[in-house]
Amino acid sequence: MGAFLERALPPTLALGGFLAIWEVLTRALDVPAYLVPPPSAVLAAALQEPSTLLVGAMTTGRAALVGFAFSCAFGILAAITLATSRRLERAFYPYTVFLQTVPIVAIAPLLVLWFGPGLRAVAVSAFIVSVFPIIANTLAGLRSVDPALRDLFRLYGASRLATLVKLELPSAIPEIVTGLRVAAGLSVIGTIVGEFVAGFAEGAPGLGIVVLTSYRQLRTDVLFAAVLTAAGLGFTLFALVNAVGRLLLRRWHASELSR
Amino acid sequence: MPRSGPLDAALSAGGLHSRLSDAASGVGVTLRGVRRIYPTGLEAVASLDLTIEAGAFVAFLGPSGCGKSTLLRLIAGLDQPTDGSITFSRAASGASVAFVFQDPHLMPWRRVLENAALPLELAGVGERDRKDRAMAALEEVGLADAAVRYPRELSGGMRMRVSLARALVTRPALLLLDEPFAALDELTRRMLDDQLRALWQKLGMTVLFVTHTLSEASYLAERAIVFSKSPARVVADHTLALPREREHALRSTPAFLAEEQTLYEALVRGEAT
Ligand SMILES: Nc1ncnc2c1ncn2[C@@H]1O[C@H](COP(=O)(O)OP(=O)(O)OP(=O)(O)O)[C@@H](O)[C@H]1O
Ligand SMILES: [Mg+2]
Repeated sequence: MGAFLERALPPTLALGGFLAIWEVLTRALDVPAYLVPPPSAVLAAALQEPSTLLVGAMTTGRAALVGFAFSCAFGILAAITLATSRRLERAFYPYTVFLQTVPIVAIAPLLVLWFGPGLRAVAVSAFIVSVFPIIANTLAGLRSVDPALRDLFRLYGASRLATLVKLELPSAIPEIVTGLRVAAGLSVIGTIVGEFVAGFAEGAPGLGIVVLTSYRQLRTDVLFAAVLTAAGLGFTLFALVNAVGRLLLRRWHASELSR
Repeated sequence: MPRSGPLDAALSAGGLHSRLSDAASGVGVTLRGVRRIYPTGLEAVASLDLTIEAGAFVAFLGPSGCGKSTLLRLIAGLDQPTDGSITFSRAASGASVAFVFQDPHLMPWRRVLENAALPLELAGVGERDRKDRAMAALEEVGLADAAVRYPRELSGGMRMRVSLARALVTRPALLLLDEPFAALDELTRRMLDDQLRALWQKLGMTVLFVTHTLSEASYLAERAIVFSKSPARVVADHTLALPREREHALRSTPAFLAEEQTLYEALVRGEAT
């Protein structure tokens, strides 16, 4: 318990201090609420419209999760495939970088055309934004297997599959987890951006839509609340991935020792 | 593609369910005109002829970079000679080979027991059987207590013993060790030397042992082969005139020191050529 306090207290105090200064400054300088609302106003807005934010978080969270799940499955499989041969990697890896550099806002209209507005287009946007770090990190992990252990597997006549399952994947877990951590936050970002363009279809508007509408209505307090909710969503997903990673690595990997 | 390798043959020869106490006999190795030229153009081994009898304990000595590791990898089949042939005294696939590296190279995500059982697992031995046999191998290196621990929870010497247990678990007919104890302190190294020598006497496999330490070579081996600097040629092929039972007291006897001196002179000659 003492250790928990020791860890939780500093960030809590920092946040409290930050909010207090923000509150005092906006009031003292008389900043118009449509520019920067004080934290108390943001909180009030959030309490006033709990269902808007909750529904928004559900919609956005669902799309982000779907996109993230596809990123995990496709990203890891793609990396395993690319890792089977240097030639394959040379042929296709440069184009996966494309996924990283493509301006998602610019192609989001295409996604609407292809997938129709709503969850599908939004999830694809989340997928595109978050898949590259998973491919890149998994590939790096699969490639950096201890060569002596590789020799050992060869010496004992291990099949390609056994080498993948018993050697390459386990030793790539730290890198895979790193990729997933980055992808978790990115998938929420990709979802919000996707919603800006493609999120207007369904009855339950996502947080991206809440941001857009509150902006048009100059409800900056609601906008702040929506942005914070989206950040919270990304953080939750990140924390989830982190917990899974810790569970997988805690007994053996340096990154999770001495915690 | 699953390969029906030397290991399978040896396992079926020894009976899959035999306990570890069953002695596996060694395999002889013959090298004829073996050369290895790396793609970089570097000739690491130059036309080498060598015959190693079944059950021998041979030490390989030579200057750093002369090609000892290359030679060991060639014999293990981890690398192919550019020229020449390497044959085994039993049917082509009749030798099971084990390799011990300079560092333990354990799988950090596996417990000690599962690390030691790896070769059996890859050979398709059932879980119960392989755990029993891995446990017996760990007992042999004095690590039964550490079976459920993770490699990072062990000292360097303990990890090396796990590595040794992993190599012994298949009852190899040929055991290749590449400077296995070089990174350990003197006390631990001597203890492992004794264990290795005792296991060899008990199991009778052929052992090829690369080392830079003259006293270790003299203490362990029956025969020492000294290589010249790169590319490796045989400078001296010397049978050590020492008793079969080796104890630490032996190290200070005139006979032992004379053998060490002989090897030292051969090393110097190899460096000069
Ligand atoms: N994969 C490789 N490709 C190219 N050259 C190599 C390769 N492996 C080893 N060599 C070279 O071959 C020579 C022999 O190397 P090797 O590792 O066999 O020496 P060694 O006798 O084991 O040395 P040490 O005692 O330092 O371990 C060295 O010059 C080394 O640089
Ligand atoms: Mg070497």
